[in-house]
Amino acid sequence: MDEMKEVIKNYVIREYVEDDTDVTYDTPLISGGIVDSFSMVSLKRFLENKYQIAIPDDKATPEAFDSVNKICLLVNEYIK
Amino acid sequence: MSNIGSYEERIKNFDWNIAEKELDYKPGNILNIGWYCSDRICQMGKADKPGLIWEGSTGITKKYTYNDIRLATNTIGQFLRDLGVRPEDRVCLFMDKIPELYLGFLGVLKIGAIVQPLFSAFGDESLFIRLDNAETTAIITQRKHAPKIRKILDKMPYLKHIIIVDADPLKPLGEREVAFDLEAAPKVDQFEIHPTTAESPSVLHYTSGTTGQPKGVKHVHYSLISQYLTSKWVLDLRDSDVYWCTADPGWVTGTSYGIIGSFSNGVTQCVLDAGFSAENWYRFIEKYKITMWYSAPTAIRSLMKAGEEVVKKFDLSSLRHLASVGEPLNSEAVIWSERVFGKPFLDTYWQTETGSIMISNYPGMKIKPGSMGKPFPGITATVIHPETYEPFNETGKIGLIALKPGWPSMMRMYWRNEETYKKKFQNGWYLPGDRSSIDNEGYFWFVGRDDDVINTGGHLVSPFEVESALLEHPAVAESAVVAKPDFVNMEVVKAFVTLKPGFVASKDLDLDIMNFVRKKLSPLAMPQEIEFIDTLPKTRSGKIMRRILHAKEWGEEIGDTSTLEND
Repeated sequence: MDEMKEVIKNYVIREYVEDDTDVTYDTPLISGGIVDSFSMVSLKRFLENKYQIAIPDDKATPEAFDSVNKICLLVNEYIK
Repeated sequence: MSNIGSYEERIKNFDWNIAEKELDYKPGNILNIGWYCSDRICQMGKADKPGLIWEGSTGITKKYTYNDIRLATNTIGQFLRDLGVRPEDRVCLFMDKIPELYLGFLGVLKIGAIVQPLFSAFGDESLFIRLDNAETTAIITQRKHAPKIRKILDKMPYLKHIIIVDADPLKPLGEREVAFDLEAAPKVDQFEIHPTTAESPSVLHYTSGTTGQPKGVKHVHYSLISQYLTSKWVLDLRDSDVYWCTADPGWVTGTSYGIIGSFSNGVTQCVLDAGFSAENWYRFIEKYKITMWYSAPTAIRSLMKAGEEVVKKFDLSSLRHLASVGEPLNSEAVIWSERVFGKPFLDTYWQTETGSIMISNYPGMKIKPGSMGKPFPGITATVIHPETYEPFNETGKIGLIALKPGWPSMMRMYWRNEETYKKKFQNGWYLPGDRSSIDNEGYFWFVGRDDDVINTGGHLVSPFEVESALLEHPAVAESAVVAKPDFVNMEVVKAFVTLKPGFVASKDLDLDIMNFVRKKLSPLAMPQEIEFIDTLPKTRSGKIMRRILHAKEWGEEIGDTSTLEND
């Protein structure tokens, strides 16, 4: 789980943060404006590719994607 | 009783000088939007009234009375003037929805410069194209967005000042950068506002077309007349209202109705600078007791998707009037809002070029869910034949929406693009590029765009721009971009791509291309789906037949394929 958190956090920093904004496991990503609703599609795609899962669209909500911790909980639901 | 009262009576007795009189404006006088939105409201005895209540994503709030707005906009204006920014210089605002964006907008106008708002999620390529076209003199931005400007700075010798509103005092500033802290800056009480007049340029918004680069839509200070009156009659803004316009001022709704219309009417406006979440939006309405809510179909459909249980957790009884803009509001959304909020969202139709609402549903008027409504008083609108450009004599015919030019907020030109500007007019009509019909009671019914421009979440995306960006990816040989239907955003970007030799389609390549376009252009322009194909459908002369791909996505008839290359 810790490794997954680190992988997702680093991906978010690399892909969605332009400056030196600090991102922790609890930083609000969607409500905090770091990842917008359009970009959520690419984040979802990354998670699906990386963990070989399919996240249903109705589960990929702004709330479920709002922090690294929440994303990890979601991903773990679909890892076999 | 609504502000507009009887629509039919207003139509009969309409003259734009109704607004001029209410604003104490006489033709030939000085007319400066910055003054009308701050100093004038103070002179009307509302200096201590809250004008702007802002809440950030972390819950921090800031409140500005109209006198605070007057002082802050003077202070920004003075800072720009001291830097050497002159009247009609272009000053770009490249910020999130922070107070400096709203106050900076009015501050730029107060010195007679042209304000160029740009969506802060734009990537460096989108930013460069727009700054280069306008030859922008100064840009006001945040530390977090500065890296995108630094990346393209060498290509912009005309850009003299990069003003950072939240600079880190412990870090050195980059080339041409200057720090400006609005809260720490000495307040400027006495300020000489530039004596702009009706036709002085005010705002330069960029909008996308099917082909070519984005166009800079130039507006003038006289647009205030339309924006003030439509805010009063369509949005029904009243002195006691607490108003929330959810649009970002990087786009025209966020300036025409998120700044000019609301402040010139002297209402209290709330701004939430946070990403979308149904729960957070309802909490915001409850907390600030929002009375008038102007939003977009995409947001409404996202709220619908979040369900009705979450609504019940909040007291939304303060809401008295709701309106929507950006794309057609489907009848389901109108009916849903009436059931859930006790009142329907009223659809309004207009675009960047028109500067203000053209066709709308009005408080008190019979609403036909799914209809655009009727023309605003003073606006002559009809539907014309797409080839003869003559209005139809019968109702129910589908044709091009046509507007008789001459209203105050009509664009005055496309910046350095006279040729494209002229093409927007046919047979004495201005053509917004949309198709509709009119029913036997005079209601307009939206049908679709008349071109290939993609309307995603209320924002126009040029397929040409996305295709050009795709071609810069090392793996992409050819591309074609079309709209794909989407429940929430109405349309999203879909790309068809052929690969260069040596590249193989894969999920990782798909993601890499998506991110490439997102960073270069914007998240809106990022293809939400990429389909790798062996060849694109082309005419025998080699032109990509986008319409075939579009028809496939929408389940429509493909139509005439006699010119198809491989037929």
